[in-house]
Amino acid sequence: MARRWINRHPGRAERLFLGLLPFLILILVYATGSAMRLEVNPNDKLLPSFASLGNAIARVAFSTDPRTGVVLLWADTAASLERLVLGLVIATALSLVIGVVNGVLPYVRAGLSPMVAIVSMIPPMALLPVLFIVFGLDELSKVVLIVIGIAPFLMRDLEARILEMPGEQLIKAQTLGASSWQIVLRVVLPQMLPRLIDAVRLSLGPAWLFLISAEAIAADVGLGYRIFLVRRYLAMDVILPYVVWITLLALIFDIALKRFNAWVFPWMEAGRRSA
Amino acid sequence: MSHVSVSNVWKEYDGQIVLERVNLEVKPHAFVSIVGPSGCGKSTFLRMLLSQEMPSRGSILVDGAPLPPEPTEERGVVFQRYSVFPHLTVLENVAFGLEVQRSRLVGRLFGARRREVFEACGEIIAAVGLDAARDKYPSQLSGGMQQRLAIAQALIRRPRILLLDEPFGALDPGIRADMHDLMLTLFEETGLTVFMVTHDLKEAFHLGTRLIAFDRYRRRPEEIGAYGATITFDLPLDRSSPREKREAMAEIGHAVAGN
Ligand SMILES: Nc1ncnc2c1ncn2[C@@H]1O[C@H](COP(=O)(O)OP(=O)(O)OP(=O)(O)O)[C@@H](O)[C@H]1O
Ligand SMILES: [Mg+2]
Repeated sequence: MARRWINRHPGRAERLFLGLLPFLILILVYATGSAMRLEVNPNDKLLPSFASLGNAIARVAFSTDPRTGVVLLWADTAASLERLVLGLVIATALSLVIGVVNGVLPYVRAGLSPMVAIVSMIPPMALLPVLFIVFGLDELSKVVLIVIGIAPFLMRDLEARILEMPGEQLIKAQTLGASSWQIVLRVVLPQMLPRLIDAVRLSLGPAWLFLISAEAIAADVGLGYRIFLVRRYLAMDVILPYVVWITLLALIFDIALKRFNAWVFPWMEAGRRSA
Repeated sequence: MSHVSVSNVWKEYDGQIVLERVNLEVKPHAFVSIVGPSGCGKSTFLRMLLSQEMPSRGSILVDGAPLPPEPTEERGVVFQRYSVFPHLTVLENVAFGLEVQRSRLVGRLFGARRREVFEACGEIIAAVGLDAARDKYPSQLSGGMQQRLAIAQALIRRPRILLLDEPFGALDPGIRADMHDLMLTLFEETGLTVFMVTHDLKEAFHLGTRLIAFDRYRRRPEEIGAYGATITFDLPLDRSSPREKREAMAEIGHAVAGN
């Protein structure tokens, strides 16, 4: 009997093929489009051929820039990652503290929670000029933008997750003689860390957005800075590889955090499988 | 082992009276089975004994002293669900009570002291038959195993009162019988005072040394919010003969047929 489509699952090889298919199609469409435009105008810059993309990659990724004396891609990547990681780490640490006290202590929640909710409504980009004025055009303002951009979301998410915890667990811990502090340390924190990391994964997109915006506006090195710099020369052959590279970096972050969660918090996986 | 005295307790939620005029004297080392129709306030009564909720009126005394305003280690509890910590293994769940007792600062022991506590937990883990599952997480256990774990965990601090809210409700009859044997053994060994809510009359009779039923005397729709449930049956089971038990069961079964 033919099974319903919702019950048919692709095998390993099929999944790989189906997963790659859209990318293959995209590359094919690009190659055709590029070839057609270049035939009409060999100097066309919009869809550079794979050969010129390769040349550009070799230029920015594997040879030193004559003007600055560094390999551009690596210098840009190092600068951007430093800002991004710093922003993510600070935002996560801050959110962990504020989110947990907001979730656990009713008195703190009454004081802080409305404020966090309102701050999270401020569009961070609207604050960027303020940050540039207050913190200068250097690294600090970019890191602060990332922190302001994602920390309120992380805090609110964490608070909500803590409030969602079954009340039975907190009662149970009290009947076993645990103090507020011990409950935070042994019941709330260990269960919330993997959830916080999941929330950080969701924030990776916004974090990159804020980073690249800040770099586009004021920087002298960085992935976002480079893209917006070469835009003046319509250098699609540099922009496209940079975009692919940024996407790859974001993907690696996401996978790394996911692996980290599964490795450090095995009980989460165990729970998911049985649920 | 504690004497529990409940005098004229009322409980209302938002003007709705759930329980009214509840009076109860419970001798030390009693096993009180609590039955009654769904929604009549059995869990509410347990929550008050646990200090998870405060009575709206009246008082509850344990050995002559008023209940503390929050849960304490003198009163252990097993809920129907969510009773164990999902992020701790069986062994860690049981050791939790001892660890927070011995390490006030971080609630966690290390090295030799940790091993010592873990060893001390071995006995109760074996008693509830989880020896082979020591290092598993609760989500890897069956429902019955999780409830056995919850019982072991609740007993590790040697509470004087144990509160059970339909602890075996989700278990199949075979495992239920095992759990009953376990419960009776632990009850005899520890000298606890137990309050157990159940929907299973047989279980209530089998385990209890006393059975109380909550119900409403007035149940016309317009009276529901204005009048609460109270204790309508109070039956010592200690000396009942099997025949007396059967008759009482029939009578109460009739009265609480609402559930
Ligand atoms: N936090 C609350 N706020 C408002 N009403 C509540 C609250 N908790 C319980 N109630 C009400 O109190 C009544 C008794 O609830 P309770 O949970 O004690 O019933 P129960 O006897 O344990 O029922 P069951 O056998 O179904 O578990 C119910 O009508 C319920 O709607
Ligand atoms: Mg109930």
